[in-house]
Amino acid sequence: MSDYGAIVQKLRDSFGTRKTRPAEFRISQLNSIVTLLRENEGPIVEALERDLRKPKFETMISEISMAINEANYAINHLASWMKPEHVEKSLVMKFDECFIRKEPLGVVLIIGAWNYPVQLVLVPLIGAIAAGNCAVVKPSELSDSTSSLLTELLPKYLDQSCFSVVCGGAKETTELLEQRFDHIFYTGGVSVARSVMRAASCHLTPVTLELGGKSPALVEGSCDVTATARRLVWARFFNAGQSCVAPDYVLCSPETRRLLLPALRDCITQLYGTEPRESRDFGRIINQRHFERIRDLLSNSQGRVEIGGETEEGERYIAPTVLVDVSESDPVMQEEIFGPVLPILTVESLEEAINFINRREKPLALYLYTGDSKVVTKVMECTSSGGFCSNDGLVHMTVITLPFGGVGSSGVGRYHGRFSFDTFSHQRSCVLRGFGLEWANQLRYPPYSEQKLERLLQATQERKWSCTLL
Amino acid sequence: MLPSPSSPSPARWFRTLRRTKSTEQSSKLSLSVCTELLRKSREALASGRTLREEFRLSQLEALVRMLVENEDEFVDVLHKDLHKPRFETVLSELILVKNEALFAVNNLKKWMNPEYVARSLVTSLDECFVVSEPLGVVLIIGSWSSPVQLNLVPLVGAVAAGNCVILKPSEISSHTTELLQRLIPSYLDTECYHVISGGPSDLTDLLELKFDHIFYTGSRATGQQVMQAAARSLTPVTLVLGGKNPCYVDRECDVGIAAQRIAWARFHNAGQSDVAPDFVLCHTDVQARLILALRSCLLQFYGPEPRHSASFGRLVNAELFTHVRDLVLASGKVAVGGEMDEAEKYIAPTVLTDVLESDPAMQQEIRGPVLPIMTVYSADEAINYIRRKEKPLCLYVFSSDRKVISNMMTCTSSGSFCANDSVLQSMMVMLPFGGVGASGMGSYHGRCSFNTFSHRKSCVLRNTRVECVTYLRYPPYEDRSLSLMMWASSLSRRSQAWCQIL
Repeated sequence: MSDYGAIVQKLRDSFGTRKTRPAEFRISQLNSIVTLLRENEGPIVEALERDLRKPKFETMISEISMAINEANYAINHLASWMKPEHVEKSLVMKFDECFIRKEPLGVVLIIGAWNYPVQLVLVPLIGAIAAGNCAVVKPSELSDSTSSLLTELLPKYLDQSCFSVVCGGAKETTELLEQRFDHIFYTGGVSVARSVMRAASCHLTPVTLELGGKSPALVEGSCDVTATARRLVWARFFNAGQSCVAPDYVLCSPETRRLLLPALRDCITQLYGTEPRESRDFGRIINQRHFERIRDLLSNSQGRVEIGGETEEGERYIAPTVLVDVSESDPVMQEEIFGPVLPILTVESLEEAINFINRREKPLALYLYTGDSKVVTKVMECTSSGGFCSNDGLVHMTVITLPFGGVGSSGVGRYHGRFSFDTFSHQRSCVLRGFGLEWANQLRYPPYSEQKLERLLQATQERKWSCTLL
Repeated sequence: MLPSPSSPSPARWFRTLRRTKSTEQSSKLSLSVCTELLRKSREALASGRTLREEFRLSQLEALVRMLVENEDEFVDVLHKDLHKPRFETVLSELILVKNEALFAVNNLKKWMNPEYVARSLVTSLDECFVVSEPLGVVLIIGSWSSPVQLNLVPLVGAVAAGNCVILKPSEISSHTTELLQRLIPSYLDTECYHVISGGPSDLTDLLELKFDHIFYTGSRATGQQVMQAAARSLTPVTLVLGGKNPCYVDRECDVGIAAQRIAWARFHNAGQSDVAPDFVLCHTDVQARLILALRSCLLQFYGPEPRHSASFGRLVNAELFTHVRDLVLASGKVAVGGEMDEAEKYIAPTVLTDVLESDPAMQQEIRGPVLPIMTVYSADEAINYIRRKEKPLCLYVFSSDRKVISNMMTCTSSGSFCANDSVLQSMMVMLPFGGVGASGMGSYHGRCSFNTFSHRKSCVLRNTRVECVTYLRYPPYEDRSLSLMMWASSLSRRSQAWCQIL
């Protein structure tokens, strides 16, 4: 059994030497990540093929390309992110320097997930490196091939005194969480997240928790049904439905459902052929346990399989499936599906849909398909979710200038782009004064008097609609 | 035979009984009351009124009016709780809150507007922005040392961000808490904002309930308890925690001025402050000069008998008095001050020397008007000492040598940092204030408060009219499409323009 204490101590010692501080070091490590991805495209594609039967196309765009983009973005912007941010000063502070320094936190822990095992480990790691930290990375044991590959590759490309990879399952993770870190970044499910936060509380370690939930897709009557169907199908069945931000279920009126179903059927055929099992472009479920879980959801559902429904245990294959006549109390509506099954629930009105959503936990993503911009505004303002996207799915998490994260039970904190850097930094407020102008300070010293108070109040009060003096 | 002591009058007995009963009742009631208040707050939230800018502005302005119209009452209760001089109450409590509220009023529109972000070539047809939403019902647990400011400044942020709030001021500053309980319902919306009181056992019960954010100011131990409870419902927390704030005084420094600034910060509010310098590190040469300067300063500030000075406070309760007294008696040597009066909870402004790292005064947070001075050989030794300890909320350096300041700043970490003065960095509305490591997580003040109590939701609004750019992403996947997509979605080094097609 590895000694996690020794690993963390080694990283802490390295952090103490300040070697991760200079921009050159950080950029060199970020470049190494880019090189790792470019030089090992083949093995990464193969590993993901073994773990999830992920098509090369999906691996390239949603894993490799995303991580390379994040690394390059960080490299391009690092100088500006690292610069202290000077703030507006009041009259009284005019001769002082007042700024916010961005400082690394120290040694951080990144726990990855299995559905996008490369991206969900490397994108946070990029943020941690850019912010000047050392890091322990723990890829998910479920995506076995990819995690083994990362365990082998990361030490070859990154400075081993600053970055370590640890493998293992629940037991190892629990032991690892006994160590003290300066930030814990976790992607995964709610129940493990609770344990992570509880363990973090013992050391007062801040956490970022990227969780999931049931992301609703409202399909409103004025939408372009064909385009909606295509985008819904793509977003739902990408990675065989195993995406934290995939639309988890549809809410629409009975009339819209009547138009949507044939469109969904056509799109599934267009994208995956008449036998999706034979399509090279459709993935598989990560393991037996999840396969059985989803299959049981299907068989226990009181709804009806309208499209798909076929399963094949040997391959862990579940066909792109659409369920109808699903009610709120259905088993399939009680947990995040995380598979290629799309239930459709009917509602009579937009208000009913909004109330339905608001009765439930805040989701990681909320989707709306409509041709009416007033409906967009209404849904966006009347609901809360990690992110919101109208007339498409998944894409809001790929815009590097937007923060990505949950709210409520879909998560705490956010990352991507600049927000990764901020997540792994401490924003330290600094005021530098000189010894001059002590006469101005006399007003604040005892013995107190009403005259001193009056004069100080004149100098320091904020007024409505005017300048601040303190 | 000694006369038996006269028994207290029946009226006094009844008063005591009523007070005890009401405290007990309010303690026992607070959980069921709080559950009900939480339900009411959630209903109020669902009504949507806190979403409106006008509503939030009206509440913030009402808060300002509350402070202005009841200034004398606030001065009075703070005097009862902490013997706080009027000057300190007005400047370090009331004005701070007013400034925060007015800053929020002046900037609310801007903060509530969506923030549009830079888009790629392809998303140029879409709207990409971040919009701030309230989190919901937030719990603010304020501390007793600056009971108005530590409760109401976070309240300003929570109100500005559109939340409903349950405010729990400390039972230790009981007069201030009673005043807040009485005044807030008269000024703020009674459905959305509630004030409760209770003791430590009530906090445990309170933390069983589910809030959308918990903001806590206080001790590390309770901070851990808060975060642990929050973990059950994955509630985000902001913790502003106390600790020992080091203050390094360099050989190159105007010791006279440094002494004035340090003494002001340390003995303000009779030392009961999260942000004051907790101890000094300096060279033996500096120590002697510093003590002389401090002695002279203290004489100037509080006169020969600080006990009779109207500008000097008292410790909040007997427990704290005992804690500080015991630290003094067990640590180093009294160089200045040291006088105490238990009945008055008075401890004179005190400076300790010959202090060792192992002394209680160097091991525990002091929270009183006592300043230990520990000698070090150099700035580097000071840095090493500081780094061996937990990251403090604030770190101070007094030096005329920019290199020393820069070194101290870059080689250490702390919530905030100030060179050649203290406390100020925690009062500026433009600077985030918060801890790091054991001194806390999250920050507030100014816009930071608004952000702390908001969810920043990322929004992408697309239309379905233009499908041509997205067609590349659909199966059946082709290598040719892949090449095109990879080219289009790559972010190249050193280029500001980039495309993303998905």
